[in-house]
Amino acid sequence: MRKLVILGAGTGGTVMVNHLRKRLPREEWAITVIDRDNEHYYQPGFLFIPFGFYTKKTILKPKSKFLPKGVEFVVTEIDRINPGSNEVILQDGRNVGYDYLIVATGAEIVPSETPGMLDGWRETIFDFYTPDGAEALAAKLKTFPGGTIVVHVNETPIKCPVAPLEFAFFCDACLRRHGKRDKVEIVYVTPLSGAFTKPVASQVLGNLLEKKKIRMVTDFNAEHIDAAARKIVCYDGREVPYDLLVTVPTNMGSEMIERSGMGDEFRFLPTDPNTLRSKKYENIFALGDATDLPTSKAGSVAHFQSEILVENLLRAIEGKELKPDFDGHSNCFVEMGRGKAILIDFNYDTEPLPGRFPFPVIGPMPLLKPSRLNHWGKLAFRWVYWHMLLRGRKIPFVPARMNMAGKKRPDNAPGGLK
Amino acid sequence: MPQKNYGATTVDVDAEGYLTDFSQWTREIASAVAREEGIAELGPAHWKVVEFMQKEFKENGQAPSIRRLNKSGVITTKELYELFPGGPVKKAAKIAGLKKPEGCV
Repeated sequence: MRKLVILGAGTGGTVMVNHLRKRLPREEWAITVIDRDNEHYYQPGFLFIPFGFYTKKTILKPKSKFLPKGVEFVVTEIDRINPGSNEVILQDGRNVGYDYLIVATGAEIVPSETPGMLDGWRETIFDFYTPDGAEALAAKLKTFPGGTIVVHVNETPIKCPVAPLEFAFFCDACLRRHGKRDKVEIVYVTPLSGAFTKPVASQVLGNLLEKKKIRMVTDFNAEHIDAAARKIVCYDGREVPYDLLVTVPTNMGSEMIERSGMGDEFRFLPTDPNTLRSKKYENIFALGDATDLPTSKAGSVAHFQSEILVENLLRAIEGKELKPDFDGHSNCFVEMGRGKAILIDFNYDTEPLPGRFPFPVIGPMPLLKPSRLNHWGKLAFRWVYWHMLLRGRKIPFVPARMNMAGKKRPDNAPGGLK
Repeated sequence: MPQKNYGATTVDVDAEGYLTDFSQWTREIASAVAREEGIAELGPAHWKVVEFMQKEFKENGQAPSIRRLNKSGVITTKELYELFPGGPVKKAAKIAGLKKPEGCV
């Protein structure tokens, strides 16, 4: 019996096991999935918790519910991978051998990376990237009397790079609806030079921040946070004071990757950007947030990668050459509040551009422009996620590789074609 | 494609002045770019950073993050800000003749 082991039963791991159980004959292949818990959160839902639209319970289901029959599911902490002996060492002392390994252990926030951040943790400093953090922030926002809310990105890359922008837009919209916008200043602090990494989207999103009177502080790298004086301090000496700090702390891969001695400086696994195989080990593959790839850390990316990774894993098993098919495709809805959202679609080479999606001209979804349809798309996506995406079903009309048709680069756009 | 003159040398640059062809880079151009960026003279500590960035770029196809510079033991982030005030990685990349670091999306 040959053995495939998948580390992580989040978005990437679950999609992969659903694909692969169908493709690998049960009499030849045993599949084991290992995760530290059995809680699958619909992570795009975290954004909605602080504003009272969702609770933790609304977006939580057991991981086991989404795994197919004929798969062993082990819930325990992984100590490390031992690639030399093709074994995964579990913290309970067991060893699990593999012929092929898929790493899908994701990324997590690490507030301890920034001196001072934990001093005011969940008192005046909050995150919304964990279910507990998002709920604590919901309680805080309910009683927030007014003052300065700083929405802060500590360091890139982060999961879902648009989430902090969405948070700022949502904050603005909610405060307006309750007639309290004039009591609160919203400041957006980022280590980037603009609202987003890519020029066209950065300009569109930057203009929206300005329109909503959200002040942007750019090129800001926090050296430390002075929780007692309530201010973030940049390496260059600049300071941004806050009454409430909503931060996206440094994101890193699993500590298990570091214990295995396999990670980069962010504990991400060096991965071939096109084949999704580990750069170092022939029988190890990776997808989703756990990789070091220069594309978004987002569920849509894990989904697109899964279609390519299935084929490449099967090719590797058959001794065939891998196909360099992954193009960095990412697709996400940017929630604006007030029933509107922006949709962006991009890859390694093509930044988010205006146009129509998924079909040229008729769309129906407009790209890089706020619309009600995109907002409904975002809400509907929760259903798509649980019922189609995790189960490895194809999402109609949205291929794994990005489609240029329907996109148009503005004539006066910054950047330029690559 | 825009071009820029440094002394007698003409180099290809992008809209923001980053070199698009590393083979055109010289130490003289680096010093000239540094002056434009407000760094009067490149000392040994500057060069150490510039050379490390070029090595990393050659190996990985992208400029290293601040975290990587810090972890590699080349320079602390605080010192990096003192050497290249403002956006240190962007400035150092420009001086090193590399394309603008994009950060990840």
